[in-house]
Amino acid sequence: MIVAERKTIPELIDILAKHKNILVLGCGTCVTVCLAGGEREVSIITSALRIASQAKGLGWKVSELTIERQCDNAFIEQAVDAIEKNDAVLSLGCGAGVQAIAERFLKKPVYAGLNTKFLGILEERGIWTEKCAACGACVLHEYGGICPVTRCAKHMLNGPCGGSREDRCEVRPDRACAWQLIYKRLKDIGQLDRLDKIELPKQWSSSLSGGPRVIIREDHRI
Amino acid sequence: MNSNNKETTIVAFCCLYCAYAAADLAGSMRLQYPSNIRIVRTPCTGRLEVEYFLKAFENGADGVIIAGCEEGSCHFKEGNLVAKRRVNYARKLLAESGLEMERLRMVNVSAANARLLVDHLQKMSETIQKLGPSALNKAKRQNQQEIRS
Repeated sequence: MIVAERKTIPELIDILAKHKNILVLGCGTCVTVCLAGGEREVSIITSALRIASQAKGLGWKVSELTIERQCDNAFIEQAVDAIEKNDAVLSLGCGAGVQAIAERFLKKPVYAGLNTKFLGILEERGIWTEKCAACGACVLHEYGGICPVTRCAKHMLNGPCGGSREDRCEVRPDRACAWQLIYKRLKDIGQLDRLDKIELPKQWSSSLSGGPRVIIREDHRI
Repeated sequence: MNSNNKETTIVAFCCLYCAYAAADLAGSMRLQYPSNIRIVRTPCTGRLEVEYFLKAFENGADGVIIAGCEEGSCHFKEGNLVAKRRVNYARKLLAESGLEMERLRMVNVSAANARLLVDHLQKMSETIQKLGPSALNKAKRQNQQEIRS
């Protein structure tokens, strides 16, 4: 899922300073699961903004709404009335959600209330970790399902850098060495021979480095 | 009791298994706590969410105190520890929003310790009196005065 984190209230005050009627718009999908922009977080941020408005005399009228998915026009439809009634939208969706709303409402200022961080999973309660860099050319099958592109700080594709200490990454000692995990996993599934293969330099043109990406499925087009 | 405390309101979320029972005991023991405290009985402090604290301030509270079981004695094992983390988060949010974080506080008392609960409530009331009405209530009063004049 997409993992995001809320911006601070002073940042939001700066962003919204020009407006009076503000809609805080949540998203019921990824950002709900990572506790950043779902119904509950919308309620918390709305309360905090109302408190800030009264405490600092900003004169805001802040309303709230959460739709199932901000990146989908079918769901955005449910927010049309609320968006049109307000001067500005503070979207608590991911970057894709913010842009989907902005593209749909050409004359309405739409702001991001979250910093979209990465594609990851809930590691344990309250901890999310990055698992996928969306590089566009997945090599997970070669590494026992552990991604060296994302989880190795040096993106090493042909073995460890040699700097890890006690299974910990040299760059981020709070994270496990991805290559330690890859070796253990390949050993467990009896595929250590995969490590004999030399992986050629990765083609980054399929990643964001090659420019914004698009997927066209002719079989689904009308 | 200080008569000035009438100008402020403090909401006390009290856990049914400890602080609420202690407040009850305080009554039986004829121990007085400040008259501006409004007690809300909760099944466990772990049931309280961050938005409850913020909504209390939004709706006119000048201070909010959460009274849960002593650490290690929660009826639901760790509800009070969950509440502690939520209170800390809400304190940061309050400070970011322009209210003093001292207006929100969590304390731990046992059901038998009415005296301690009353001490905590009195200290909270003193803190709030020192800080005065919250910026929200000041703004509201100013608006009301403007409307009257």
